[in-house]
Amino acid sequence: MKIGTPKEILKGENRVAMTPESAVQLQKLGYDCAIEKGAGAAAGFSDEAYEAVGVEIVKTAAALWKTADIITKVRVPTETELKRLTKGKTLISFFNPAGNEEGMELAKEKGANVIAMEMVPRISRAQKMDALSSMANIAGYRAVIEAGNNFGRFFTGQVTAAGKVPPAKVLVVGAGVAGLAAIGTAVSLGAVVYAFDVRPEVAEQVESMGAEFVYLDFQDDQDGAETGGYAKPSSPEFREAQLAKFRELAPEMDIVITTALIPNREAPELWTEDMVQSMKRGSVIVDLAAEKGGNCKLTVPDEKIVTDNGVTIIGYTDFPSRMATQASMLYATNIRHMISDLTPNKDGQIVHDMEDDVIRGATVVYQGEITFPPPPPKVQAIAAKPKAEVKELTPEEKRAQEIAAFKAQTKQQVTLLGVGGALMLLVGLVAPASFMQHFIVFVLAVFVGFQVIWNVSHSLHTPLMAITNAISSIIIVGALMQIGSGSFLVILLAALSIFMAGINIFGGFLVTRRMLAMFQKS
Amino acid sequence: MEFGFTTAAYVVAAVLFILSLGGLSNQESAKRAVWYGIVGMALAVFATLVGPGSGLWLLSLLLIIGGGLIGQYVAQRVQMTEMPQLVAAMHSLVGLAAVFVGYNAHFEIKNVAEVFAVVDAAKDADLSELGAFAKLIAKKTSAELAILHVELFLGIFIGAITFTGSVVAYGKLAGKVSSAATKLPGGHALNAAAAGLSLICLIWYFSTGGFFPLFLMTLAALFIGYHLIMGIGGADMPVVVSMLNSYSGWAAAAIGFSLGNDLLIVVGALVGSSGAILSYIMCKAMNRHFVSVILGGFGGPQGEQMAVEGEQVAIDAEGVAAALNDADSIIIVPGYGMAVAQAQQSVSELVRKLRAKGKNVRFAIHPVAGRLPGHMNVLLAEAKVPYDIVLEMDEINDDFPDTDVVIVIGSNDIVNPAAQEDPNSPIAGMPVLEVWKAKQVIVSKRGQGTGYSGIENPLFYKENTRMFYGDAKQSLDKLLPLID
Repeated sequence: MKIGTPKEILKGENRVAMTPESAVQLQKLGYDCAIEKGAGAAAGFSDEAYEAVGVEIVKTAAALWKTADIITKVRVPTETELKRLTKGKTLISFFNPAGNEEGMELAKEKGANVIAMEMVPRISRAQKMDALSSMANIAGYRAVIEAGNNFGRFFTGQVTAAGKVPPAKVLVVGAGVAGLAAIGTAVSLGAVVYAFDVRPEVAEQVESMGAEFVYLDFQDDQDGAETGGYAKPSSPEFREAQLAKFRELAPEMDIVITTALIPNREAPELWTEDMVQSMKRGSVIVDLAAEKGGNCKLTVPDEKIVTDNGVTIIGYTDFPSRMATQASMLYATNIRHMISDLTPNKDGQIVHDMEDDVIRGATVVYQGEITFPPPPPKVQAIAAKPKAEVKELTPEEKRAQEIAAFKAQTKQQVTLLGVGGALMLLVGLVAPASFMQHFIVFVLAVFVGFQVIWNVSHSLHTPLMAITNAISSIIIVGALMQIGSGSFLVILLAALSIFMAGINIFGGFLVTRRMLAMFQKS
Repeated sequence: MEFGFTTAAYVVAAVLFILSLGGLSNQESAKRAVWYGIVGMALAVFATLVGPGSGLWLLSLLLIIGGGLIGQYVAQRVQMTEMPQLVAAMHSLVGLAAVFVGYNAHFEIKNVAEVFAVVDAAKDADLSELGAFAKLIAKKTSAELAILHVELFLGIFIGAITFTGSVVAYGKLAGKVSSAATKLPGGHALNAAAAGLSLICLIWYFSTGGFFPLFLMTLAALFIGYHLIMGIGGADMPVVVSMLNSYSGWAAAAIGFSLGNDLLIVVGALVGSSGAILSYIMCKAMNRHFVSVILGGFGGPQGEQMAVEGEQVAIDAEGVAAALNDADSIIIVPGYGMAVAQAQQSVSELVRKLRAKGKNVRFAIHPVAGRLPGHMNVLLAEAKVPYDIVLEMDEINDDFPDTDVVIVIGSNDIVNPAAQEDPNSPIAGMPVLEVWKAKQVIVSKRGQGTGYSGIENPLFYKENTRMFYGDAKQSLDKLLPLID
C-alpha cells in the first residue's frame, strides 16, 4: 500500500506529516511512500532529501490524494480535501472530532476510515503515538523562548562589574506536558520558576524539574485529577483560593505562562485583568490556551498585544509550527508508530483492528460509520491513583511497637534457651561424662557455624557448598584411625572411605578455587 | 606426648576451617579462605597419620593420592553449568564414607568384645594388633558403649540417606532421571514405614548390639533417601542440595561422636549448620515451608486463581536491539533457562557491548534462581561478568521503576507478579523480582508454556512486556550483531 503526505493548506502551517527519516521506517514496514512537491520545504526538508530515501514526489495535491491509500497530514482536513477521499482510503491526521461533525459526515459518505491523532488514548502503550503530548512539549519550550524574546532582561541572575541582575521569576500555571516542558526550559535558562496545578500529585514532577510548587491554603481535597491525565473543573471555593494566591504572586512575577486546559470546554480564566494590572512594566504573559479562549481574558488569539501598563500578552496558537523542523520530526514519528501498530505483519497491509484499545479509541470514522466518541478504554489511564495514605505513627507509638517487638523477641529467646537447657540437663542426667564433653564441643560448633554462615555473601553460596563438601570429607580422619585394624573387612571399608574422601577433598577444594578465581571486579 | 600433639593440630585445623567458612563473606577474602581450608585439611590428615592413625600409612597415602588425582581431574574438567550435579555427587561420597566408617566402628566393638572374651582380665589384653580405635573402645564403660551404639547408628542412618538421596539428586540434576516429582504408590506412608522400621531397629540394636538390625536399618535408610528425593521436583533442587549438604555434615558429626573425635564433631557441626542455613534461606526465598518442600510438590491452590487477561506479544531480534540501543539503564534477570541453553557467554558479550556504550547494565539474581544456591553468580563469573554489577534481589528491587529495559532470560516463577497480586496463587507471598515495574520487559523464553510450577505468569501478558521466543543462546547470538 502507498502512504502519501500532501502539503498543508492552512496558511502559516509549516509542519509536514512525513520526514525522510520516518519514510525510511515506513518503507521497512513494507509501504511505498509519496509526498507532494514542496510539502516539506517549510519544515526544512527538501524534495531531494525525500527522493534520496526513495520517496516518490507527486506534483499536485489532487494526484497525491488519488494515488495514496493512506494519507497522513497534520491539520484538520478541509472540505475540499475530504472530498478527495474514496472508499477504503485511510486518513491519519488531527481531526478535532468533537467540533467537526460535518467532517465526519463527509468522510462517512465517502466510505473512508479516519484516525484522529488527538483521540489516541493516554495510556502507557500509546505514548509513542501521542501527538498531543509531543506538540505540547514543543509548545511549552517555545512559549519560554517567545517570552524571552519579548522580555527585556536576563533569565538568570548575574553579578557583573556593571551591576547586579536579579533572576527572572517565572510562573507556570498548569503542569501538564506543555507546563513541564516550559518549566524545564525556564529552569535551564536560569530563571526562578514557580508552578501551579490543580492536581497535587504532580507536585513531585514539578519539583523534580527544578521548580517550586505553589500550594494553596485550601483544606478540602485539592485533587483535580480525572482519568486520562487531565484536570477536571474545580469548585467555586477552590477557584477563589486559587485566584487569591495568583493575585498575591502577580506583582512579583516577570513571566507568566498559562497552560490550563480542560478537555472539550473553554479554557478557565485564571489570570484576571486586575492581575495583569498589578504586574510590573515589561512583564510577559504567554497564554498557551489562546485557541480555547485563553486563560487570560485580555489574550487575543494569534496576536501579541501590549497592555497600557506595558505588559506583553502573547496569544499565538501556532507554537509547534514555529518550530516546524522539530515538530515535524516528532509528529512524523508519532504517525509512524501509529502505522506500525496498524501493520502487525510488517507486510505493507493495514489491519484495522477495532479490538485494539488504542486503534479503536483513535478511529472516528470506520467503514461508513461514525465511531466517535469511543467507549472508555479498558486500561487504566496514566494518572496514578493517589497513594493510600500510610498512617504516620507518632514517636510514642513507634517506641511502643519497638518495645513490644523487643519483648516478644526476648520472650522467644528465653523460651528457646529454657527448653534447650532443660533438654541438656535431661541428657546430662543419663549420659556419661565423656559424652557430655563431646556434646559441649558439638553445641558450641553449631553456634559458631550459625554465626559464621549468616555472613556469607549470597553470591558465594555455590563456592560455600563446594568448600563445605571438601571439609566434610574430614570423615577421612575416622577412616584413618580405623585402617590400622586387624580385621580385613574393616581395612577394606576404611580403605574405600579414605579413597572416596580423597576424591572429595581434592575435588572440593580445587573446584572452589577455580570458581573463586573467576569472580572478578569490573 | 603424641596425643597432645594430635589434639593441638586438631584445634588449629578447626580454627582454620572456621576462618575458611567465615572468609566467604566477600569475594576477595574468599580467595584466601580456600587456602585456610586446604591447610586445615592437610594438618588434620597429617596429625591423624602420625598420631592415632598408626599403621598402613603407606596404603593410606597411596589411597589419598589416588583419590586426589581423580578429584583433581573432575575439578578441572567440570563445566560450571554442571556444578549442581558435581556437588550432589560429592555429597553421596561423604554419605557412603560415613556409612563405611560407622560399620567399621561396629566391627571394632565386636572385635574388642571378642578379645575381652578370650583374655579374662581386660587389663592384660593385648590390643596392640587391633589398632588405635580399638584401644579407645577398650577404655569405655558399658554406659559409654551404649551411647556409642546410638551414635554410630545415627551416623549410619544419616549417611545412608545422604548417599542415596545425593545419588538421586545427581541423576535429576544431570538429566539422567526425570526431574519431575515421582512417588511410588503409597507415597509418604512408605517413608514413614521405613522410618518406623529404623526406630525399631535402633531399639533392637541398642539392646542386642547385633549386626542384623544395623543392616536392616541401613536398607531402610537407603530407601528413604531414594524415595524422598525422587518425590521432589527439579525447581526445588536448591533446597534439596543444601539439605543434603547439611545431612553430610550431621553424619560426620555423629561419626565423630562414636569415634570420640572432636575435630570430626566440630567440622560436622559447621557443615551441618551451614547446610541448614542455606536450606532456610532457599525456603524463605520461595515463601514455602521446609517441610512442604521436603514432602514434595505444591499444595493445592487455596481458591480460584485470577484469570489472566490479554495476550502475549512477540518481538523479534531487531525490535529488541532497537529497545536496547535506546535504553540507558538495563537490568538482566537470568534463570535456569540461561544455564540450560549455556547462554552465559552470549549474555556476557551482550553486557560488554552495552557497557562499552556507556549504558548502566546490571544483573538481578533471585536467591532460588538456578538449581543450586548461588548458581547464577558462578555462571556469570565464569563468563567474566564483573561481580560488582551482579546484585541480589533486595539490593535491586527498588530500582526497577527507573529502569528502561529488563531482559528476563529463562526465568519464570521468580518474576511472577501473581505472587504479589493474586492471594490465591500457589506462590502468593513469595518474594519476587518486580520486573514489571520497568518501562519495558523483554522475556527470552523457549515457548508459551508455563514454568516448572505450572503457574500462569501474568507478566507475559502485561502491556509493557514483549516475548522474545527461541532458545536463549540462539536468540542472543542473533541479537548481538544488531547492537551497534
